[in-house]
Amino acid sequence: MISGYFIHLLILIGIYFILAISLQLAVGFAGLLNLGHIAFFCIGAYTSALLALNNFPFWLCFLLAGIVAMLFGFLLSIPTSKLKGDYLALATMGFSFVIYAVALNWTSLTRGPLGLPGIPKPTLFGISFSDNFSFLILIAIIALISYLIVKKITTSPFGKVLEAVRDDELATKVLGKNTFKIKTYALGISAFFAGIAGSLYAHYITFIDPSSFTLLQLIPVLCIVIIGGLASLKGTILATIILVLLPEPLRFIGFPSSIVGPARQMIYALILLLILLYKPKGFYGKVELE
Amino acid sequence: MLKCVNLKKYFGGIKAVDGCSFEVKENTITALIGPNGSGKTTIFNLISGILKTDSGKIYFKINSDYLEITNLAPEKISNLGISRLFQQSRLFSNLTVKENLLLALDNEDTKFWKNLLGFNKINKEKEEKIKEMLNLVGMEKFEDKLVRELSYGQKRLIELVRTILNPHKFLMLDEPVAGVNPKLREKIEEILLKLKNQGETILLIEHDMNFTLKVSDWVIVMEKGKVIAEGKPEEIKTNPKVLDAYLGE
Repeated sequence: MISGYFIHLLILIGIYFILAISLQLAVGFAGLLNLGHIAFFCIGAYTSALLALNNFPFWLCFLLAGIVAMLFGFLLSIPTSKLKGDYLALATMGFSFVIYAVALNWTSLTRGPLGLPGIPKPTLFGISFSDNFSFLILIAIIALISYLIVKKITTSPFGKVLEAVRDDELATKVLGKNTFKIKTYALGISAFFAGIAGSLYAHYITFIDPSSFTLLQLIPVLCIVIIGGLASLKGTILATIILVLLPEPLRFIGFPSSIVGPARQMIYALILLLILLYKPKGFYGKVELE
Repeated sequence: MLKCVNLKKYFGGIKAVDGCSFEVKENTITALIGPNGSGKTTIFNLISGILKTDSGKIYFKINSDYLEITNLAPEKISNLGISRLFQQSRLFSNLTVKENLLLALDNEDTKFWKNLLGFNKINKEKEEKIKEMLNLVGMEKFEDKLVRELSYGQKRLIELVRTILNPHKFLMLDEPVAGVNPKLREKIEEILLKLKNQGETILLIEHDMNFTLKVSDWVIVMEKGKVIAEGKPEEIKTNPKVLDAYLGE
């Protein structure tokens, strides 16, 4: 029983980790304060779920979840290319509201608030990942690959251009770099990983509905990025583990679920406040939050 | 090398640049001087594509032909060979000195797949070039230091080095010695004269008259968005219009 619960937590850590490093790429490295990240998670989850429910193989559902989310990332980068800071945050947040509204109202496709039940557990190359332990192994492999790719991107000269855009976009342009292209890549790649995290979530929970993809769901992910430290992958790992595990003891106190949910948000808010006050760069952040 | 023809830029009712025409000749240092608010930095912003002109044309010599570069995007202008130093520090403060300089040298760093697959290596040639330039300004020990940890003068030097390292045919320097100590000023003067001897073409904005008259071959004087005089430094020094407008004498 305990080991089952522990495996469940590790799976959540894996999903949140992929979601958080993808947001870290956009926010921490490229300086794009994207509050619409949860929309890419939603797009990935629905793409994968709808394809799987139509008997497409998992590998295709998984890849297309990332690719479709990435295409939306590219699309979002066009109207937001000249926006920065708060304005970008508002525009991207608006995007997440639009995607939420589509998931809620396009009932012929998404079944709206009724959600999509019966999403099959993944099967890959004849291997079934129907039990939680095997699913954990799958998540661990995908999280590791995602981490290695993001690390490779951020430590390469391309990653330095991303950081240059974050620090001073105009100076980057004057050095001959096409910052629109750079930001489009950053948002697209970030959306790709959020999309695959959405796919894994859908196939793990086996049921999705629009309520899983609201702005509230973004808060813990954004907290992970800020608390771990902007532009720090090491910090993101540590913060994911802490933030996923920290509210868990609330379950054992015996509070009703109507209290546990808000209490969880309060814990995130409290940690965030303490970090901003006493450690503005987070655990291992390179950049101070402005 | 560079021709500006009847450039105009208005901000509401303010005529920041009002029908400016001038030419920068090859292998010279040309200084753009004038009182605060005379439109010098706006001219720089128009040439480097940061601001769009209201009217007028800018031409830049590529090989033997003049190409119109009016209102091109800043990155396109940079890639044509115009490198610019800003008045305020615009270094990437969370990167190291070396990373800042590599960004100027590396043209392949925006290619995503090439970088992801590890085909864009930092070669020895680039590293040596950076070392050579850091040696020139006496900052070889600061290679791995974060820019935000440097002093104002050190930042100014690194920014000058980054501007020089950015592949170029034409340098635009906006107040390179503003706010730096006399020793550093001498060093920057030395660097500019060395660049001039190497045949570089430089357009310079500077308030320090001694410095300007010492390093420049040609001086253009602006007032209220217009060119009021131009000539050799020794002519400008005694031009009554300039003395009246700029020096207030």
